[in-house]
Amino acid sequence: MLEYLLSFLILTGATLTFIGSLGLLRLKDFYMRLHGPTKATTLGVGSLLIASALFFSSRNAGISLHEILITVFLVITAPVSAHLLAKAALHLNLHSFAKMPVKSTKGEEGADDDAMDTQTPEEKSSSSDTHVPRKPV
Amino acid sequence: MLDSVIPIALGLVTAAVAMSFWRLMCGPSMPDRILALDTLYINTIALLMLLGIHLGSALFFEAALLIALMGFIGTVALCKYLLRGDIIE
Repeated sequence: MLEYLLSFLILTGATLTFIGSLGLLRLKDFYMRLHGPTKATTLGVGSLLIASALFFSSRNAGISLHEILITVFLVITAPVSAHLLAKAALHLNLHSFAKMPVKSTKGEEGADDDAMDTQTPEEKSSSSDTHVPRKPV
Repeated sequence: MLDSVIPIALGLVTAAVAMSFWRLMCGPSMPDRILALDTLYINTIALLMLLGIHLGSALFFEAALLIALMGFIGTVALCKYLLRGDIIE
């Protein structure tokens, strides 16, 4: 019974880790890429660590607490590093596929849309460049 | 059951390591590379855990804990460098 539970946890953890790295490889935008591994990899490594804790607790007499330490450390540090990465990307003005928010005043709406339309091909042409100046909102 | 599951899981996690290494090599911007490095060390922790279960040895936990600690410090230092241009002000 315990072996089936361990196998399920190990397969789930390895599959989630794989999906997280696949998202890192395949998604188009830095902000989408940030979304993939910071969630899936933490959950995958968490279930692998739970499986390891169950395995070594059933094998030895005492409860093994090393995995709990690593899990707590990863769960605390993953949001901090994701937040810092997002701050660094916003600081560098990385290219994003999401639309910029448009000012919702009545008279200038058409002018704003035109300005956005003229700016979009520039951003697309230099999509790999890191220093695309953004239009202030 | 466990002996047949662990090689599959090892293969999946190794493929994850290879994919994040690919993003580390050809990522178009600096935060992409830092994110790939972050994912790479988390995948390495998963690989060490699987190897510990496979070999039945509890010696890998200290290595995994050290990798987690040093990887987090490295990520924070690189992000601070990108944000401020300096690490210790």
